[in-house]
Amino acid sequence: MAGGAVSFGHFRNVRKTFPRPGEEPLVSIEDISFDLKDGQLISLLGPSGCGKTTFLKIVAGLVKGYEGTVQIAGEHVREPHPDFGIVFQQANLMPWRTVLSNVLFPMEILGRTGAEAVEQARELLSQVGLEGFEKAYPPQLSGGMQQRAALCRALVHKPKLLLMDEPFGALDELTRMEMHDLLLGIRERTGATTLFVTHSISEAVYLSDVVAVFSKRPALLADFIEVDLPYPRRQEMRYSSDFVELEHRASRALGISR
Amino acid sequence: MKITNFLQAVIYPLAGAVGIVLIWEFYTRYFSVSQIVLPSPSSIADAMFAERELLLKHTWPTLLECIYGFGLAMVIGIPIAVCVANSRFLNLTFYPILIATQSVPKVAIAPIILVWFGIGMESKLVIAFLVAFFPIVVDTATGLRATPAGLIELSRAFRASPWQIFTKVQFPAALPFIFSGAKVAVTLAVIGAVIGEFVGANEGLGNLLLTANSQLDTPLAWAALITLSLLGILLFLAVAIAEKLLMPWNSSAVH
Repeated sequence: MAGGAVSFGHFRNVRKTFPRPGEEPLVSIEDISFDLKDGQLISLLGPSGCGKTTFLKIVAGLVKGYEGTVQIAGEHVREPHPDFGIVFQQANLMPWRTVLSNVLFPMEILGRTGAEAVEQARELLSQVGLEGFEKAYPPQLSGGMQQRAALCRALVHKPKLLLMDEPFGALDELTRMEMHDLLLGIRERTGATTLFVTHSISEAVYLSDVVAVFSKRPALLADFIEVDLPYPRRQEMRYSSDFVELEHRASRALGISR
Repeated sequence: MKITNFLQAVIYPLAGAVGIVLIWEFYTRYFSVSQIVLPSPSSIADAMFAERELLLKHTWPTLLECIYGFGLAMVIGIPIAVCVANSRFLNLTFYPILIATQSVPKVAIAPIILVWFGIGMESKLVIAFLVAFFPIVVDTATGLRATPAGLIELSRAFRASPWQIFTKVQFPAALPFIFSGAKVAVTLAVIGAVIGEFVGANEGLGNLLLTANSQLDTPLAWAALITLSLLGILLFLAVAIAEKLLMPWNSSAVH
């Protein structure tokens, strides 16, 4: 990414409206512009219903008919791209497949099955602490374990861009903190560029290089906060004055505090 | 834990059945009830043993009618459900008709079916099919529509083709629904076959039951009735076993 080339993710004046019968179209996203640099994790932080998930789905190529520019690696996003990995709030594992087979699902769709793919899936599963659960079925796993398997599924084809839509939103506080460190560890190893949708201020600050704060609908960029906390991130940083100051700034941008 | 559960599931209903049979036996003997009105369980058992070859000979055609009718309902019903579930046009056009035809009493069309397909096995097979068809279509269509939206969106994110989405996501997600429809359908198929045999047939358990009844051979009629029930239970169990084998994840989910 040297030489000031176009950023990995390039978003300019993105606008999205949804038609409503008999009414003015609903403006979900008014005007969002920012850049996502290679290897960065940017959080999209905002109140629920503000259009941050819609923005993520536009980048994923799952929502069509937007205005403005959405480019990933120099290419306009018009449809889903096999180089993206995606994690939703629900683990969305298939109950009829074993954990290993669920992780291999993207490889199957991409036609890249083989011993190497299985090896890669097993490696990922052991990295997230799911060794020995390869042959288990999802209903036998806890919510946190299911989400870890979903994370492996998103990473198995070595995506250039990881898209996460409130992936830890359905988990309890302690499991969520565990998952934060797990994700940071994975990013350290893979360097995956990531867009991370959340409505938790503390989660956004803890995980991100940049927190992009979305206003209420129709979404505008309320703030673009560079998080200059050092890596590796540690849980005790949550209690440092720098961390609290960043949280305060995000909270001001959201209009929660002054 | 599991073994006691199993024993409870087997021993309790068995004890209940034995109790009822004993009371029945006692009642018919003590009050000297006529064998023509209500044969005792022991005389039914005698009839079943004495006429075992005759019963078996008549079980075979009935069994075939059920299996063919049920099989045909699966083979035709599932593709129709797939069409109805995936196409708004087909759904709007044909689903109301499907439901309307379901309200036609099958007993009432049995004579017409007999005129069309003759007195042989075909007419019974068609009636069994007609009865079994509906739950399969409705449950399969419901199952296909109930596929979690997240799973479909996930597949789309990896650019799965519509065919891949159908075979790898929608269909397996609908399997529990298909099997619950099939379990209802297979017992209905037995009813359909018997209706067909009542209206006109030369063989089959329904036919044997009618003949025995008209000759006032009530123990044999009861023997045929019990054989029919056993046939229904057997077919139901066959579908339930197929379900266990094809959907191992379902049973493993239960701790």
